[in-house]
Amino acid sequence: MNQRFLPLIATIIVFVVGYLFCALQFNHFATLRVVMNLLTDNAFIGIIAVGMTFVILSGGIDLSVGSIIAFTTVVLAVLIGSWHVNPWVAFAMVLVLGGAFGAGMGAIIHFFQLPPFIVTLSGMFLVRGLAFVISTESIPINHPLFAQLNDIVVVVPGGSHLTLIAMVMLVVLGIGTVLAHLTRFGTNVFALGGNRVSAQLMGVPIARTTISIYALSSLLAALSGIVFSLYTAAGYALAGTGVELDTIAAVVIGGTLLSGGAGHMLGSFLGVMIEGLIQTYISFDGTLSSWWTKIAIGVLLFMFIGLQRLLTVVWAAKASAPSRPASGKAAPADAAGPRPQRA
Amino acid sequence: MTMIRTLRSFHGATQVAVLLAVLLANWLVFPGFFAIRLQDGRLFGSLIDVLNRGSPVALLTLGMTLVIATGGIDLSVGAVMAIAGAVAATLTRDGQGLPVVLAVSLAAGLACGLWNGLLVAVLRIQPIVATLILMVAGRGIAQLITEGQIVTFVNPQLSALGSGEFLTVPMPVVIALGMLVLSLLLTRATALGMLIESVGINRVASAFAGINTGAVIVAVYVWCGLCSAVAGVIVAADIRGADANNAGLWLEMDAILAVVVGGTSLLGGRFGLAPAIVGAFIIQGMNTGILLSGFKPEFNLIVKATVIMIVLLVQSPAWRTFSLPSLPSLQRKHPGRTVP
Repeated sequence: MNQRFLPLIATIIVFVVGYLFCALQFNHFATLRVVMNLLTDNAFIGIIAVGMTFVILSGGIDLSVGSIIAFTTVVLAVLIGSWHVNPWVAFAMVLVLGGAFGAGMGAIIHFFQLPPFIVTLSGMFLVRGLAFVISTESIPINHPLFAQLNDIVVVVPGGSHLTLIAMVMLVVLGIGTVLAHLTRFGTNVFALGGNRVSAQLMGVPIARTTISIYALSSLLAALSGIVFSLYTAAGYALAGTGVELDTIAAVVIGGTLLSGGAGHMLGSFLGVMIEGLIQTYISFDGTLSSWWTKIAIGVLLFMFIGLQRLLTVVWAAKASAPSRPASGKAAPADAAGPRPQRA
Repeated sequence: MTMIRTLRSFHGATQVAVLLAVLLANWLVFPGFFAIRLQDGRLFGSLIDVLNRGSPVALLTLGMTLVIATGGIDLSVGAVMAIAGAVAATLTRDGQGLPVVLAVSLAAGLACGLWNGLLVAVLRIQPIVATLILMVAGRGIAQLITEGQIVTFVNPQLSALGSGEFLTVPMPVVIALGMLVLSLLLTRATALGMLIESVGINRVASAFAGINTGAVIVAVYVWCGLCSAVAGVIVAADIRGADANNAGLWLEMDAILAVVVGGTSLLGGRFGLAPAIVGAFIIQGMNTGILLSGFKPEFNLIVKATVIMIVLLVQSPAWRTFSLPSLPSLQRKHPGRTVP
């Protein structure tokens, strides 16, 4: 068993136990309808979480994603509503814009060696500001295509259905998982997050990888904006406020190391689902207020960060053990299992 | 080298110049900008307004500067403001006197700071992550205190902290100045400031030099928590109520921006409290200027983003290697370096 999967296993346990707990409390919780709603309601966060996982795996952070959602919905509403652009063309335009913006941030981060935190923070201000300048009002989107897209569903047993936006999220998750764990790009991202200098010495194309990571994150944020506009049928400059924090929290709860270099894409998906589960629990309960969501997420964040910290210390101790002169005490611990390897 | 040293001795001169430029620009778009009048024993005018409205961010900036100087960051200052404001409003509504209200709400800020400090110093969690926990959970805690409502109160004594005046100067400005003086005394009249810079430059080396790095780090987060609580109480006193959802929302970003504009590196090390405070007023000056000039307030964010990027690019290592070789005195210092 690979020890790098320990946080992921912890996440799976939290999700399963949490779901069972909810199912025991409420009669209709363990139905496909609840699961499908969980997927639909959290589709836009799930999509960003895929991009955010790449960013965090590489040791960076992206605070601009929430603003990009808002900007995308506003631009879509104006393009489709006022300028009568074909929605498909509008979709393509916002995706290109998003990707280019992310690439720009990645380039600044790499070439000027600035902390990703502050670069994406100013990106967040800039994009949110642009969205406000375009419109401060919430603009409805009435294009028939939006209704058609929302009607595309896969009917599942139990009288519920899998919506298009949930399918989009699952497809993005699938592609993201393959990209992160089975391609050279994914390996480069892990290498970059593990140790930037070593990665550079090993010949990892740092510049290309960094720029691609932020371009991908912003591209997915723009896609998430499209999904969000389908979900709400409106464009609003205040949309997606605080989403970046929910996403980062989901990625951390999903077991990705915030210092980079270790984690799993599926964990981030489960992190999003755990956050969704807390919200669903609160709406099922009906007496609890929504602020408990924030406190519960805070507590989970603390637990998982504590777990990560503990594991890092244990790994560091194990990694340094063999280099010491062999002593009788160290031997049994080493013999207990295989060396930890990168996932 | 002497030139660099002379420049450094005027640390903060740039910030003051920028502030003056911003204020002059405001005067150009609004001729009555510098007009100050005395009415009912209190100063009024746009300039006073900039100082008054900039005070909460200035207070946050004091704590944030010290935290950033140790190489950390505190994302939770806005949430701590909300908690302190919620505590102050709830206690006042329940009929507690001013001393109790102040003591408990400031203690709440200290406790928040202690929590952050212990996570960073003892558990050694990255500061962004450690303070993210309180940033997310803090607003929930504040709403727990106010039970999800906007708590309003009637208490002239507490309100005076937010909207009163002392010797004609608005109270928030007086409090911010007082905290600045206190922070300067604590860091510059003692060795604490040097220890903070030392930890920020190299924590391991500082530990080997005999500095109790953990205590220094906990101390700066506790101070940051206290400053945030003071700002939270002032804001609550000003609006005579506590809004757990919106009090201090996004102010952590303004405070970080003020520190960056104030010339303190986000990587830690050398810090300047006074320039950072000037940075906070530069930001407020720009906010007021945008409003006065008749632009939509929506441009605020774009202007902030542009300023932050320019300051960052000029401070960045790549920019320095690009521009430094043009200084002849430095070229001699590095004979091995080839000019690009």
